[in-house]
Amino acid sequence: MISGVALLTALAIVTGFSGCASRGAIAPGAQPQSFPRGQVAKGAELAHLGNCLGCHTAVDGKPYAGGTPIKTPFGTIYGTNITPDADTGIGRWSLEAFTRALREGVDRDGRHLYPAFPYDHFTKVTDEDIAALYAFLMTREPVRQENRTNRVPIPRAFVGVWKSRYFTPGVYQPDSSRSAEWNRGAYLVQGLGHCGACHTPRNKLGAEEKDAAFAGGEVERWHAPALNAASPSPVPWTVEALQQYLRHGIADLHAMSAGPMQEVTHDLSKVADDALRAMATYIVSLDTRSDAERRQHAAAALERAGKMRAMQGNTIYDGACADCHNRGRAEEGGALELPLGTALTVPTPRNLAYIIRDGIVPPEGERGSWMPAFAGMLTNEQLTDLLIYLRALSGQSAWPDVAREVRNISRGDQ
Amino acid sequence: MNRREFIATGGALIVSFALPVWGQKLPGALDKEPLLDAWLRVGADGRITVFTGKAELGQGIKTAILQIAAEQLAVDMNAIELVTADTALTPNEGYTAGSNSMKDSGTAVLHAAAQAREILIAEAAKRLGVPAGELSAQAGEVRTRDGRRVAYGALVQNELLHVRAAPQSKLIARIADRKYMGKPVARVDIPAKVTGGAAYVHDLRLPDMVHARVVRPPSYGAKLKSVEMEPVAKMAGVLKIVRDGSFLAVVAAREWIAVQAMRALRTHAQWEETRKLPRDVYATLAQLPSQDSVIAGADAQPPQGARLLQAEYRRPYQLHGAIGPACAVARYENGALTIWTHSQGVYPLRGAISELMSMAPERVHCIHLEGSGCYGHNAADDVAADAALVARAVPGTPVRVQWMREDEHAWEPYGPAMITKVRAALDASGNVAGWQYDVWSNTHSSRPGKAGELAAAWSLERPFPPSPPRPIPQPEGGGDRNAIPLYKFPATRVTHHFIPEMPLRVSALRALGGYMNVFSIESFVDELAGAAKADPVAFRLRQLDDPRARDVIRFAAERFGWDAYKKQNGRGRGFAFARYKNLAAYCALAMEVEVQRETGELRVLRVVAAVDSGEAVNPDGIRNQIEGGILQSLSWTTFEAVMYNDARITSRDWGTYPILRFSHVPLAMEVHVIDRPGEHFLGTGEAAQGPAAGALANALAHASGVRVRELPFSPRRLRVTLNA
Amino acid sequence: MKLDVNGRAHEVDADPATPLLYVLREDLKLNAAKFGCGLGQCGACTVLADGEAIFSCITPLSVVQGRRITTLEGLGTAEKPGPMQRAFIELQAAQCGYCIPGMMMRAQALLEHKPAASEAEIRAALQPNLCRCGTHMRIVRAAVRAGELMRGKS
Repeated sequence: MISGVALLTALAIVTGFSGCASRGAIAPGAQPQSFPRGQVAKGAELAHLGNCLGCHTAVDGKPYAGGTPIKTPFGTIYGTNITPDADTGIGRWSLEAFTRALREGVDRDGRHLYPAFPYDHFTKVTDEDIAALYAFLMTREPVRQENRTNRVPIPRAFVGVWKSRYFTPGVYQPDSSRSAEWNRGAYLVQGLGHCGACHTPRNKLGAEEKDAAFAGGEVERWHAPALNAASPSPVPWTVEALQQYLRHGIADLHAMSAGPMQEVTHDLSKVADDALRAMATYIVSLDTRSDAERRQHAAAALERAGKMRAMQGNTIYDGACADCHNRGRAEEGGALELPLGTALTVPTPRNLAYIIRDGIVPPEGERGSWMPAFAGMLTNEQLTDLLIYLRALSGQSAWPDVAREVRNISRGDQ
Repeated sequence: MNRREFIATGGALIVSFALPVWGQKLPGALDKEPLLDAWLRVGADGRITVFTGKAELGQGIKTAILQIAAEQLAVDMNAIELVTADTALTPNEGYTAGSNSMKDSGTAVLHAAAQAREILIAEAAKRLGVPAGELSAQAGEVRTRDGRRVAYGALVQNELLHVRAAPQSKLIARIADRKYMGKPVARVDIPAKVTGGAAYVHDLRLPDMVHARVVRPPSYGAKLKSVEMEPVAKMAGVLKIVRDGSFLAVVAAREWIAVQAMRALRTHAQWEETRKLPRDVYATLAQLPSQDSVIAGADAQPPQGARLLQAEYRRPYQLHGAIGPACAVARYENGALTIWTHSQGVYPLRGAISELMSMAPERVHCIHLEGSGCYGHNAADDVAADAALVARAVPGTPVRVQWMREDEHAWEPYGPAMITKVRAALDASGNVAGWQYDVWSNTHSSRPGKAGELAAAWSLERPFPPSPPRPIPQPEGGGDRNAIPLYKFPATRVTHHFIPEMPLRVSALRALGGYMNVFSIESFVDELAGAAKADPVAFRLRQLDDPRARDVIRFAAERFGWDAYKKQNGRGRGFAFARYKNLAAYCALAMEVEVQRETGELRVLRVVAAVDSGEAVNPDGIRNQIEGGILQSLSWTTFEAVMYNDARITSRDWGTYPILRFSHVPLAMEVHVIDRPGEHFLGTGEAAQGPAAGALANALAHASGVRVRELPFSPRRLRVTLNA
Repeated sequence: MKLDVNGRAHEVDADPATPLLYVLREDLKLNAAKFGCGLGQCGACTVLADGEAIFSCITPLSVVQGRRITTLEGLGTAEKPGPMQRAFIELQAAQCGYCIPGMMMRAQALLEHKPAASEAEIRAALQPNLCRCGTHMRIVRAAVRAGELMRGKS
């Protein structure tokens, strides 16, 4: 973090402040007015697509009233109140101010917003969609809740510097060489969906590395797998499978969505099929491997899955996992054969360790597949052995220093 | 030795069959079993045994009956041994159901014990030559004023208690004289349950007992085409595979091996399935032929008045879902069968099993032991049949069978899906001027008595078809239970549309139709109150005459702080009331909820209930039942619906059938018992479910401004409905 | 296989993959841990391993060899109930009671780590466990009461 601040300071000196100063304030707009029903409904879907609740709703808090801590390498930023409350929310924001925030990353007073708010993606959203989102938010229940003060040792002015270097405003420009569906998917994925915010690696200043787009990133200490040709998915994604996954959080021959992605797929389950299909179309196109290579990759994974049933494995696996995972999903109570599991393939054992500890449990009151929590059952040594064993099933090289990761996790690293 | 033999060996042979008593009706279940010593016996050693044909289901019936017996016999509770439902020992009291145990068995024991006490006193008077009026009964003795004592045991020769009950009893009725009745006596079954004692049939371990699991068909009516048994038969520890038609079970020396062998056998079984489950159950119910009966107001005209309102309500299939799947132990030896079961009716089960096994009923002995939560007709009888069939295949060896979670979810008989429609008119002064109510439902009892009501019987080579479903007649009612409003609505017409054909297997689930009918009536009464611009509590009170109904309503409203309630954004209050079956306990309750429009999450913050169960034998037991009824109903109403596709039930575990967890338990709950000493005992176990659903619906409407008429109020439904 | 249950050493002849629950019930003849789902979804089988609450229905023997297992029987007897048991009796916190041993063990795990746990913390800790009779209010009150008894309040 220190190095990040130092770098930023150096950058500020080199670039100077020209061209990156704050913008003027926009006068308070009228109090929330009424909007056409269709526009609000469209905005609701877009809000789910953008997972707005994720950052703007605290645990046990009121929807969209903010207060969610977002831990970044630069400090903790709190999601703001975006309900139409006049004093503490965005009730005095005109559509113009709201549009400017998404497009340019400045608040109504003209101050720079920290890029934890992914305006580097939202800038691509069209006026029409922004207006729908605005209509949706302005018709929510106003909640009076003061915003929490961010704990970031970086002045807002430096954000201007950062933006001048890393932020290119502008609405999505279609690629005429591609289909309409592909373009719609690209628009949604790059824009409101802000998939790259997690799935693209970031540099030391927290900016997405544009030339490594979708090459895999970090979020909340989980690894967000690559979506491009480096996708670690044992069975490469097809449009159908990915669409199914985005809607249901689960797809044939693929692991259930877990960790931060669980909330995303839960939100996407409320988005129309055509939008999900477009997104899947675009994302699958990022994997530029040849069809033959993809088929070969899938065949190898399926072969490992098949072999595993006969494998005389580790006793922990036999006792704790095999009862479900050796049976396969087709059987009553059976679960995915683990060589098909994504968590075995990502560069860190953390995902898998968290899944084993906490299970994957459907949100309260919702239906879904259930992986039980094994918290407390395994000692650190047993968990380490199990992780090493499972990693071997993936056919990939061993994880470095699994024991240390397990110790860190058991010491309360979330 | 069974009861008949006991009587026969007591000396002279006495005809011990109950003859019908002409003339006056006897209290409670004495009317069916009038001999005092069918209910209680005093041994020569002074030991007292009380018999009830009702079963402990965790509702505290053992404790309440012991309280009554000890009070009226004037003995210490610990001095009594209580024998519950056992076909060799206890009276035949049918099912432990319908919240009838206190009304039937409690009343019988009350009078039998009081009359036995007076007989003992009279006998002592004769022996001591002292007028009975100068004697008192205390601590198992009859005492004179000058300190002479005769123990009960010394008085009971010559079948003293083998007499017919009288219609009237001299009850110990004064509160000041009472030691047990009306007191929150600690439940006798709890210490074992919280210290790991053997408390359930699940905990029964007989010498040389083996374990079996049944491979249940994947769907209703599926036929076993073929099964490869050899690989499973060869598994270490597997003792036997039992097949009879499509009934398939495996026996093993150890329980875990039985589970694994069952799973292995399942993978080797090929089934022929039918695809006939309804796509839209409500459309299907509306189309199926029904037998219609007007149960109230046959001549009433359709409502007419200043304003006409109507609404339709829907309830999906819902699970009993006991936490412990059903279990039974059976032993077949020398042509006789003994079954340890948590069935609600040991005698009806005996009838069904004897037909299933082609055995004389006398050769089948059913003994009740507690099971995991019983909320109506669950899989207890089915698993007893499984155990019987398997036990016959391994004669002399006791067999324990427990269902798996998926067996219980997919095969238990559900609470039926239902539709209700109500139309009502308001007059110019805002009162109800007419009320027309229609309810569509399958049966609410497919309980055994016949072999065809046991799941295993449908799979046998020579199957037993289910008996034709029948409605339960009024005044108790099944689908139409509580369908007649207690309010004094003029021009009321209530029609029960009984649908014989059952798309899914259904039977009695706690409160039966009372849950849905009270939900519907109480929802609509609130809708009417809203249309009349009246306060929902005041609106109810002004259309109710029954003073005890008015009392519980006023009490609950007052303790909740109904009149002083301040509405906050996203929150709301709701009220509902019913008298269960219109003849059992009265229950009114108010609650406050909070709803998140965006997420559809509904949380209950606080509940206040008032209940009148007549004379309260154990007020804490009543509170426990009402608290439980409310929470179970909140779970049904908020979360629960059985899911299925065209062939199979897809709700197969707690992930695919979510229920209430602690995060949605209200922050506070008060239950107030209005005690009415001297009044009849009124069944309580099912009094709260309907009102809790109604109050939740009304509170949700108040909080959100949206009336939701289809159950459950799941996050998924509310997200859609509240944002429509 | 060697097992340490409620402070006593046991030698058990069973496959190492056998779930602990079956061994507790069948070999050790302990009643308290119950089969509810076999899926780690309901908590009826909850026991402690080295003081942590675990689902014994999905815990293989192989991972608990040599570790300290505690079941409800280890907290006291009907004659000499421990604080958790006294609290559940005092508050009559059971209906059918089938889920109760699991509830008590999960509350025990929390209170051993944090004797002064709040009601909210108790509710959160009990989230993995299901009760069908609707005894939740009493279970929470009894667990709060158990904490008081453990801290020496009478």
